[in-house]
Amino acid sequence: MKKTRLFLLVVVSVFGLLAGCGKKDDPNTLTVLNYGKYMEPKILDMFEEETGIKVEYEEYITPENMYTKYKAGAIDYDLICTSDYMIEKLIQEGEVLEINYDKIPLTENLEQTYFEFSKSFDPENKYTLPYFFGTVGILYNKDMVDETKVDSWDILWDQEYSGQIIMADSVRDSFMVALKRLGYSLNTAEEDKLREAQKLLIEQKPMVYSYLVDEAQDEMIAENAAMAVVYSGEAGYALEYNDKLAFSVPKDGSNMWIDSWFIPKSAKHTENAEKFLNFLCREDIAMLNFDYVYYATPNTKVKAVLDPALQENPTIFPPKEILDNCEVLKPLDDETTMKYNLYWKEIKSAE
Amino acid sequence: MRNLKRQLLAGPYLLWMTGFILLPVAVILYYAFTTTSGSFTFLNVSSITFSVHLKALLLSLKLALICTIICLILSYPLAMILNGMKTKSQGFVVFIFILPMWMNFMLRILAWKMLLSNNGVINSLFGTLGLPKLDILNTPAAVVFCMVYDFLPFMILPIYNAMARIQADTIEAARDLGAGTITIFFKIILPLTMSGVVSGIIMVFVPALTSFAVSDLLGGGKVLLIGNVIEQAFMQEYNWNLGSGLSFVLMIFVIVSMAFMNSRGEEGSTGVW
Repeated sequence: MKKTRLFLLVVVSVFGLLAGCGKKDDPNTLTVLNYGKYMEPKILDMFEEETGIKVEYEEYITPENMYTKYKAGAIDYDLICTSDYMIEKLIQEGEVLEINYDKIPLTENLEQTYFEFSKSFDPENKYTLPYFFGTVGILYNKDMVDETKVDSWDILWDQEYSGQIIMADSVRDSFMVALKRLGYSLNTAEEDKLREAQKLLIEQKPMVYSYLVDEAQDEMIAENAAMAVVYSGEAGYALEYNDKLAFSVPKDGSNMWIDSWFIPKSAKHTENAEKFLNFLCREDIAMLNFDYVYYATPNTKVKAVLDPALQENPTIFPPKEILDNCEVLKPLDDETTMKYNLYWKEIKSAE
Repeated sequence: MRNLKRQLLAGPYLLWMTGFILLPVAVILYYAFTTTSGSFTFLNVSSITFSVHLKALLLSLKLALICTIICLILSYPLAMILNGMKTKSQGFVVFIFILPMWMNFMLRILAWKMLLSNNGVINSLFGTLGLPKLDILNTPAAVVFCMVYDFLPFMILPIYNAMARIQADTIEAARDLGAGTITIFFKIILPLTMSGVVSGIIMVFVPALTSFAVSDLLGGGKVLLIGNVIEQAFMQEYNWNLGSGLSFVLMIFVIVSMAFMNSRGEEGSTGVW
């Protein structure tokens, strides 16, 4: 009897403890979730200094990771940055709050074109604020790779470079490469086409050095591999560190993406979030951030003062003819997502 | 009254166990046997028979087994050598073996990744010595290597402890009765250290079986272990039910292997259970 009582006491007190863990909400905070290496860390301190709002900053690797973190509901995020198709999925699920653009007067610094682009996932421009955009392409080492071949995804299947290829460790990006090589849309849901793409990726696996996301640029800078599938900004960053590197977006077509900010339903400090967004659009802050992130910024004030050579740099600011050849990722229905996931696992477990 | 006081001493642990072991396991079980909409299903657990999952599980078992065997082969003779040293130097050598464990596990893996990479320290060294390039990064071999490196102390210490407990008198007595070195080893040393070997095997095999960080970092995303499948189910696919179902299967494997090993090492007192 005594034993049961003691046990009950313990159980009750455990629950009490857990319940007591919920901190009292501090109005002067802001919880931000962003991709890894995607914001100059100094900005957070500067924002706190100016406004007294403390930023709790968290990072994730792929949009799918972000979705899990957000959906787990353990943390009430106030502001999240992620990619087009994932935002569209969340909007469809009713997880996104409308942004009050009147509170973000510096929105005017952003080029209207990118709001037009954003209409593909946010048709009325109600929910998002563009942050950076770019493409996916091949970052390669000029000494190790024949430059006449990098204009096609075929080179990633070239035996000559076996063991020196880094692929993207992300379902959609890897499938994008294979689908585009086959001449299909990167949003295809047709089983035959997906199987075909999967077959290509399995065939390629023995030649792959490793599957990476954020570390790909470091491996390329260290010359551990000849080429890697990376986002354009990563390439721009890597180019700064090693002049042997170059970037190419294959003519078979690629993915054009826009990463944007949105305020999720879990937000408790929407006003702080809007203040932060306004802060990010400010010229000096956007400049600082651009220098760190090195992706194409939609901020006209920043672009205007950049060195003309940089403005023309096709790695960072993809020219129109490349963008015309690119597609934006769309969210997939649950059944297709499951297919992609299963096929991806089969690739990863293949010999 | 005295009894209650004694029970209270177990309170903190009981609290810990309930909150961080029993409750989570209950939650895993709940997820494992339900669908996303909450109805009962066996599908998450039975999905271990999918060829991808089975392949990952078999690969995990294989790598964990290889890792355990290598650890055992390295540790046993080492423990014997260690035991034969002067007491003072014994302490020092044990200290050296534990030293790497002062460093964070992740950092050590990342360090190996750097060392083994195409242009890493080891390959440049091999290059200058005119040796062929070591191409093991991003292969199962690198994963096993790093697991051995990480888990070796867990094998050495229990075996060494068991060995240190053998009284010199016992061996002397055996010699007096005419036993040769080989007989002494097989009839005395080996049986008396069996309990240490069993603990060592469990402490290496179980974490090796469930590991996913090593294969993620040193496998370059090319070595899919069951731990990686589970991680992907949780983090990538947002399918907690599948992840929990597979975790449940993995737990069964862990429990079975521990029960099996313990049934072999009953006599000793250094057993894990």
